[in-house]
Amino acid sequence: MIQALAFYLFAFVVVLSGALTIASRNPVHSVMWLILAFFNAAGLMILVGAEFIAMLLVIVYVGAVAVLFLFVVMMLDIDFTELRAGVARYFGIGLALAVALAAEVMIAIGAWSTGPIQLARRAAPIDDTVPNIQAIGNLLYTRYLFVFEGAGLVLLVAMIGAIVLTHRQRGGVKAQNISRQNARRPQDATRNTSPVVGQGVEL
Amino acid sequence: MIQLIVFLPLLAAIVAGFGNRAIGNVPAKLVTTAALFASCLLSWPIFIGFLSGTSTATVAPLLDFIHSGDMNVAWSLRVDALTAVMLVVVTSVSALVHLYSWGYMDEDPDQPRFFAYLSLFTFAMLMLVTANNLVQMFFGWEGVGLASYLLIGFWFRKPSASAAAIKAFVVNRVGDLGFMLGIFGTFLVFGTVSIPEILAAAPGMAGSTLGFLGYRFDTMTVLCLLLFVGAMGKSAQLGLHTWLPDAMEGPTPVSALIHAATMVTAGVFMVCRLSPMFEMSPVALTVVTSVGAATCLFAATCGLVQTDIKRVIAYSTCSQLGYMFFAAGVGAYGAAMFHLFTHAFFKALLFLGAGSVIHAMHHEQDMRYYGGLRKKIPVTFWAMMAGTLAITGVGIPGIFGNTAIGFAGFHSKDAIIEASWAAGQPGVWFVGVLVALLTSFYSWRVMFLTFWGKPRWAASEHIQHALHDAHGHDDHAHDAHHADDHHANPAQAEDAGHAPHDHHDATHASAEGDGGYHPHESPVPMLVPLIVLSIGAVLAGFVFHGFFIEPTAGEEFWKGAIAFREHLMHEMHGVPLLIKLSATIAMLLGLLTAWYAYIKAPNFPAKVVEQFGVLYDFLLHKWYFDELYELIFVRPAFAIGRFLWHRGDEKTINRFGPDGATWVVQVGSRVANRFQTGYLYTYAFVMLIGLTAAVTWAIGL
Amino acid sequence: MTIGLAHYLVVAAILFTMGVLGIFLNRKNLIVILMAIELILLAVNINLVAFSAFLHDLVGQVFAMFVLTVAAGEAAIGLAILVIYFRGRGTIAVDDVNRMKG
Repeated sequence: MIQALAFYLFAFVVVLSGALTIASRNPVHSVMWLILAFFNAAGLMILVGAEFIAMLLVIVYVGAVAVLFLFVVMMLDIDFTELRAGVARYFGIGLALAVALAAEVMIAIGAWSTGPIQLARRAAPIDDTVPNIQAIGNLLYTRYLFVFEGAGLVLLVAMIGAIVLTHRQRGGVKAQNISRQNARRPQDATRNTSPVVGQGVEL
Repeated sequence: MIQLIVFLPLLAAIVAGFGNRAIGNVPAKLVTTAALFASCLLSWPIFIGFLSGTSTATVAPLLDFIHSGDMNVAWSLRVDALTAVMLVVVTSVSALVHLYSWGYMDEDPDQPRFFAYLSLFTFAMLMLVTANNLVQMFFGWEGVGLASYLLIGFWFRKPSASAAAIKAFVVNRVGDLGFMLGIFGTFLVFGTVSIPEILAAAPGMAGSTLGFLGYRFDTMTVLCLLLFVGAMGKSAQLGLHTWLPDAMEGPTPVSALIHAATMVTAGVFMVCRLSPMFEMSPVALTVVTSVGAATCLFAATCGLVQTDIKRVIAYSTCSQLGYMFFAAGVGAYGAAMFHLFTHAFFKALLFLGAGSVIHAMHHEQDMRYYGGLRKKIPVTFWAMMAGTLAITGVGIPGIFGNTAIGFAGFHSKDAIIEASWAAGQPGVWFVGVLVALLTSFYSWRVMFLTFWGKPRWAASEHIQHALHDAHGHDDHAHDAHHADDHHANPAQAEDAGHAPHDHHDATHASAEGDGGYHPHESPVPMLVPLIVLSIGAVLAGFVFHGFFIEPTAGEEFWKGAIAFREHLMHEMHGVPLLIKLSATIAMLLGLLTAWYAYIKAPNFPAKVVEQFGVLYDFLLHKWYFDELYELIFVRPAFAIGRFLWHRGDEKTINRFGPDGATWVVQVGSRVANRFQTGYLYTYAFVMLIGLTAAVTWAIGL
Repeated sequence: MTIGLAHYLVVAAILFTMGVLGIFLNRKNLIVILMAIELILLAVNINLVAFSAFLHDLVGQVFAMFVLTVAAGEAAIGLAILVIYFRGRGTIAVDDVNRMKG
């Protein structure tokens, strides 16, 4: 009973947040709604019993990705008044198509759940005796180790990519060359001269 | 032997035609003329062989042509009495015309082509007369049509010549269509196109009927009528005659050869060759007679008023062909062939003589500018005299039991007139006699206008050109040089003082007078054929009439080559005296009238024209046939052509073809263009559409 | 009523649809397009986790983790591009970007 209520609550808020994310005029509001959507999705996942993924969602998605969004939105000097939501030319037909898509997916789900659709063999059956996080760890670091390393590489490349894309040379910046400063020897720093009276030194 | 006769002209034509400028004028002329004379010399023995009764009909096979189902057509050369007659006619006249052209076409730049065409024509004609089956005859038929087109339009840069050539070919084609249908029908009915087989089977088909469009028609009538349509086209009978007067645009030797002696007689030849068929259909014979008589009368009336000497002779030809056809129609095929034989000689003579006169008068063809040429060109004069005596039929009829004696036309034309009476057709007889009167009148008119009276040359443009031209001038390029002359003239006038000016004034002051021009007699190559043909015109009738039309001698001669009605021939010789004299009386009347009109009282014609203005116009415009055809056939044809061109070709075929393809490509690419907007959301939207479609497909909708 | 797999899948489907709508309905706001992509990925994650739970197969959750990783990386790059875009144009409206117009 509680489960059903929780589910419907989470589900409703997720859908609502999703809708408002894309419908908001203010990008900051959109990010906020997105964060709310993530939280509720995490709630849905906990209900199912995948608490590791749920926490991952909160920490990574909300904590990193959504915050990144917020950073960028704040950083860019966006003129909010310009962002008027105009009805797109394809709104009508786009909506119709999206509804059709959703309907088709639901039909497919219906067919699956009611009909005798064959299921694949379980690749990794869940062991209910072990906590979720331990079970994932068991699987991840043994069978899917290479994929795990690959994921790490993907992140690395993304990082490099982001830096490369946004890096720009600023011309005319006077920066300190520390190594050059450190490499300076006392004998290069000063020079003893005996200038002729009245003539001055040549620097 | 017969192969040589037929193929020598072809070889000569090929040599001269493809050699053209490479071999030069003289070799081309020599080769062709020599080949023709050789053919001629080989043909006369064959003819004499038939005359003496020693030869029999032979068929010399050449090649197999078609073997398709029931149809077997072979190239072969048939030689019988009819062929022999045509062989001598064709080769003799052609050889003489070749010789004549040496002189006449002497200054033409395209001589090898001319002689090649003449020889080609002769070859086609020989194939026609030696044909043993209808398909080969049709080959020759078409060949002479082609040669006629080429020769009429020989001076093709002249628009009127080109137009005349096309007119000749197209009108001929209409006739050919009838001929073709006749051949198809014959094959359908008889199962063969071989002439001996058809003629043998013809009596069996008499009275049978043919089904067409639900109606039943008499077989032989249908076939003969269709074949006769072909003859009408080729021989310029009424209805398909419009091309013959315009064919005079060609050089005179062409007119002499093709439109007097040979091509136009192909129709008569065909009717006579197929005479056993025609005998089976009285209706067809009646039609032939009527058309022939009508043509005869029509052409003679038109010939009365023409001013161009060649046109008069052309209408005369048309009229005489009418004679031949109505002779065939009443059943006197022998008489028709006899007239063909004599007509070839005297008509060719008349044409070549006219050519000689034209040559002497510096290409002036209008008789109003002739006159008084008797003493100036005597040989030509006597030649034309012989021809006129022949065509008008001067002779002494066989009264009081004497043999008739006269010029060529006398024997043949009188034979026809007697035959028409003997066949019990007085209407036709009357037409024949009337036309004999008209023939006499216009023939003597030509003679009197040309050779008698005071010279009227001064007003002629051609004569004036001749007078103003320098010597050694190309006769055919008058207009081109005319401009030069005008420039040269003032200079000349200055040099020669006032004499040319006086001369000028003298010519302008009076349209009469010779204007100081001296016509000269033609060169020898032109005179020799005239003399030879004159001999033929004088003697041919008397010498040969027995073989052609006597009941017994004729039967011996023809030996079934044509349907020879012995009974009719016999009757012919027994007609009443008045009938025998009728033609001669008509001829004398015509002569007297012409003498009166043109020698005694020269204003008489002008007064007659004034009186009968409408009739005169009617005749001058050739009974308005050309205008009528223009209205009925030419304009609708052009209208249809225009319609098909604009609506059919441009709007329909092009619209679906090239224009349509370009339109589709252009419009299509413009439409396809709209997909490449460059906007992100468009592409995203398209991706959504694709995604939806994929999902739809995946869930099996 | 018992919450079955179908319910979670329906929720995921709706979220997915909204994400897709968000992509091409937004012409003035590039950031929202990126957020719509995140929504799509979230929907997929929910889907995977639901299947994993109801079919007793842990692979779903492992896969969801990797999806998360990739999503993070892609968000980073996307935002980097957004920054450059903004630098170049001074605005984040995308409706005038038609340099590739055919």
